[in-house]
Amino acid sequence: MSTSTAATDLRARQDKGRKTAQNREKWAQGRTYISAAVILIWCLAPAYWMVVTAFREVGFTYDTSILPTHVTLDNFATAFDTSFGNRFGQALLNSIFIGVVVTAVSLLIGVFAAYALARLNFRFKFLVLGFILGASMFPGVALITPLFQLFTNIGWMGTYQALIIPSISFVLPLTVYTLTSFFREMPWELEESARVDGCTQGQAFRKVIMPLAAPAIFTTAILAFISSWNEFLIASQLSSDATQPVTVAIASFAGAQPNQIPYTAIMAAGTIVTIPLVILVLVFQRKIVAGLTAGAVK
Amino acid sequence: MATELGPTPVKKPASGGPEVHHAPKGVGEDNKLMSQGRWASWLLAPTIIALGVVIVYPIISAIVMSFQKDAGLDPVTGLFTAGGPAGIQNYVNWIGQQCAAPGGGTIACPPGTLGGQFWSATTTTFIFTIITVTFETILGFWMAMIMARTFKGRSLIRAAVLVPWAIPTAVTAQLWLFIFDFEGIANKLFNASILWTGSEWPAKWAVIIADTWKTTPFMALLILAGLQMIPAEVYEAAKVDGATAWQRFRLITLPLVKPALMVAILFRTLDALRMFDLPYILTQGANNTTTLSILVINQIRQGFNAAAALSTITFIIIFLVAFIFVRFLGANVVEQSGATGKGKK
Amino acid sequence: MKTRKFLLPAATAGILALTLSACGGGGGGTTGGGGTDAEANLDGRGPITYVQGKDNSNVVRPLVEKWNAAHPNEKVTFKEQTDQADQQHDDLVQHYQAKDANYDVASVDVVWTAEFAAKGWLQPLKDKMAVDTTGMLKPTVDAGSYKGTLYAAPVSSDGGILYYRKDLVPTAPKTWAEMMDMCSIAKANNIGCYSGQFKQYEGLTVNASEAINSFGGSVLDKDGKPSLNTADAKAGLENLIKAYKDGNIPQEAITYQEEESRRAFQSGNLLFLRNWPYVYNLATTEGSSVVKDKLGMTALPGKDGPGASSLGGHSAAVSVYSKNKATALDFVKFLVDAEQQKFFATQGSLAPVLGDLYEDKELVAKLPYLPVLKTSIENAVPRPVTPFYPAVTQAIQENSYAALKGEKSAEQALSDMQKSIESAGAGS
Repeated sequence: MSTSTAATDLRARQDKGRKTAQNREKWAQGRTYISAAVILIWCLAPAYWMVVTAFREVGFTYDTSILPTHVTLDNFATAFDTSFGNRFGQALLNSIFIGVVVTAVSLLIGVFAAYALARLNFRFKFLVLGFILGASMFPGVALITPLFQLFTNIGWMGTYQALIIPSISFVLPLTVYTLTSFFREMPWELEESARVDGCTQGQAFRKVIMPLAAPAIFTTAILAFISSWNEFLIASQLSSDATQPVTVAIASFAGAQPNQIPYTAIMAAGTIVTIPLVILVLVFQRKIVAGLTAGAVK
Repeated sequence: MATELGPTPVKKPASGGPEVHHAPKGVGEDNKLMSQGRWASWLLAPTIIALGVVIVYPIISAIVMSFQKDAGLDPVTGLFTAGGPAGIQNYVNWIGQQCAAPGGGTIACPPGTLGGQFWSATTTTFIFTIITVTFETILGFWMAMIMARTFKGRSLIRAAVLVPWAIPTAVTAQLWLFIFDFEGIANKLFNASILWTGSEWPAKWAVIIADTWKTTPFMALLILAGLQMIPAEVYEAAKVDGATAWQRFRLITLPLVKPALMVAILFRTLDALRMFDLPYILTQGANNTTTLSILVINQIRQGFNAAAALSTITFIIIFLVAFIFVRFLGANVVEQSGATGKGKK
Repeated sequence: MKTRKFLLPAATAGILALTLSACGGGGGGTTGGGGTDAEANLDGRGPITYVQGKDNSNVVRPLVEKWNAAHPNEKVTFKEQTDQADQQHDDLVQHYQAKDANYDVASVDVVWTAEFAAKGWLQPLKDKMAVDTTGMLKPTVDAGSYKGTLYAAPVSSDGGILYYRKDLVPTAPKTWAEMMDMCSIAKANNIGCYSGQFKQYEGLTVNASEAINSFGGSVLDKDGKPSLNTADAKAGLENLIKAYKDGNIPQEAITYQEEESRRAFQSGNLLFLRNWPYVYNLATTEGSSVVKDKLGMTALPGKDGPGASSLGGHSAAVSVYSKNKATALDFVKFLVDAEQQKFFATQGSLAPVLGDLYEDKELVAKLPYLPVLKTSIENAVPRPVTPFYPAVTQAIQENSYAALKGEKSAEQALSDMQKSIESAGAGS
């Protein structure tokens, strides 16, 4: 409602606006680049420190020169070294597998739930919403013991499902809420008009609704994937050597000496798990989302 | 398809096409409601079952345990024996900061017990939550606005923003511990000699900075998705109409992004109220940085039933915060729509 | 009608939850006693599992292979936990609570022994299950015992060592007072004098207990009751407080864990360092170390002679839920045997528990700190042996940290520790 009144209001100043519009455009572009640079530094400076440390010799862990010094690839070799029972490579695959399943399943059932909440009218909607939200309110650390006992009783300890199912439950509330809020904002009337134009319901959904929802679904997918990727507490207690995700594998890194904290190897591991993830998201964003939303939304 | 979308404003005027979720008034209403109810129950069942098994079961079992005494030591055998029913004693102890007295009964918890930390942990938790969520919202909004613009290198920014968040928390915490070391890079860069983890406010700021750095991308991405759902034409029209940037922000962006924004803030708040890893690794809860979740895990190692009571108290505190959010701050994703359509007309 | 249709799935979830709750047993109290479990399966033989934290230096794997080659019908599977002590502890607790028969033998940190024993999870190592402890250093055996019964056989030990700069300090200090006098040397060289680990964490318990024990105080008396309101304990803690106030302990030491304090010493910024034996190997080899040839080692300084180190290390315990306890016992005996002990020391730099090995020429050549370490361990006081260890260490850490920072007097800190520990023992 505020949108339309604003638009009418503003139309009055139309003329005045046009004159300075071009100048303002340039100025705005300049500001955008400055802001972008600030964001870049804020996000990457600490990560840069992680990478620099990852490339330092263990003996110079605490060196504080800004530029790389005592450069070595040893830490990466250490991270992937399997001779002492490290399973970092395997753990990386486990994390990807768990993340993909968690994302796919939670999106699928989250979309159902969100559709119902956003588009259907039924009783106890508020109760259901409260229930779903309530699931994100209990301290995660207190869930471990009951889950451990439950999974021990049904013989699930150390299995993939013992890691996947809790993970799904942790991301579901967020998934459902996010999707619901986006679905509410979608111009569903377009679906109707497409059908008037001769599309089947399926076509209408695929060609009109999906592209519109793509950024939202994609964002939700990233949220789900990364939150499963970061999960540590539950996995540290419920996984086995064969199923442990990368967060647990990193916690198992040990220095050559007792008490020694292998900072450099931990930073190397952090670098290894971060870079492919970012590339993956970028590729998906460009190919899939950009493809779907071409022309539809900015 | 794109052409179809072109001229469409975000919301159709009231006279627009039929909206499915508007149950037609009158005769058919009951039937319609019933069939939608049936649909809804099937669509919601998987979600509710998944949450039921993994979340509700542990919560119920924790609540049951919270009314039990923790195991006590049999002085003769030196072995632990089950504590028996406790009534609401565990809850009373936490809230009143009462600890067991050597001769029986309770005393005010002396410094050095977990029981004596309840209120300070609650305060700390709220301080962390309010400050980090505020920072993350403002920063996240700003980042999202920048990322939504078209400029060369936009993908670079989008990738960069993901980096803090994609680094597993276990690594993030170690990284910041390393950065905030007395002889670490933070002190060196700013030519300072701050004992980051050695006194109260520097320690708190260390946690706040690390948390803000790590989770702002979450906010930024959610808000960005909200921004992307606003058709560019709305801005174009406003620009043509000569709206200033601030007017466009206040009158177009903010109202349209609000649902996504509120969901983001709500979930960040719930998460921040349960903050655990970062302060645990950075300070181990020293210098008044013990949050409720840290207190829970420390207590789990000392006695599970009292820890269950503390978890339940935490749950209630968070529930109240969420209730206030949904009820008074409009973080409610559907309810007003259920009653009045899309909140307009 | 509509209501019911909708509520059906929700109700199913609810019922499911209730059923599960009944199965899980609610986790109510812990199972005390363990009497019957401790009698069962004493003669059982067959494959077992050995559980231990991260095998940093690859010592367990070769030993397990060696055992398996000799015992094809009683093979040992090695289950490796993470490198973090807290997680190892919680993992063991979860499995014991679930009465997991697969955690036959576990490596138990000295500070967990009493807790696990009192919970009834560990097989008493007596009578049929006895392990020969002659030849073992006494403090290590004490640390594995609870109420006079051995519950965990010591496998590796650890004690504090005082490292010093032998280029700057002519003769190693024997007492705390001597060391404090030598701080003038540090001032003259513009470096910090002494540090241990004073961040608020487990290491502070170690350091504070050492200060208290070295001056004749003790955290717990023989019956496990707190005994901190003594002049000796006060004198010990006040030493630390005064040294910090005077700047003899640098201000940043309250952010130090083991690694930060090692870094400070290795980069030449400290004259004296209290730390574990691992520092020797790193300080003499790491590229950034400026003290490679200047590293002196001696026993911790006490009141009139060597101080009382806190004891570290791990012991091997047999689970009462194990089905093959005879095999488990044999494996424990195998681990504490001199041959394996020597392998632990040479391969993993783990301090042996057998006194004779500290005089073994070959070992001393490889690990020159062994004679010093032997003095340290012989004079060591186990960290408080109590089933309430988590509460005790919390009380010591929080109060001694506040006292170090000058927020409360030594007397007040000790009296608060005393009260907190009493309260923990009173049960809640």
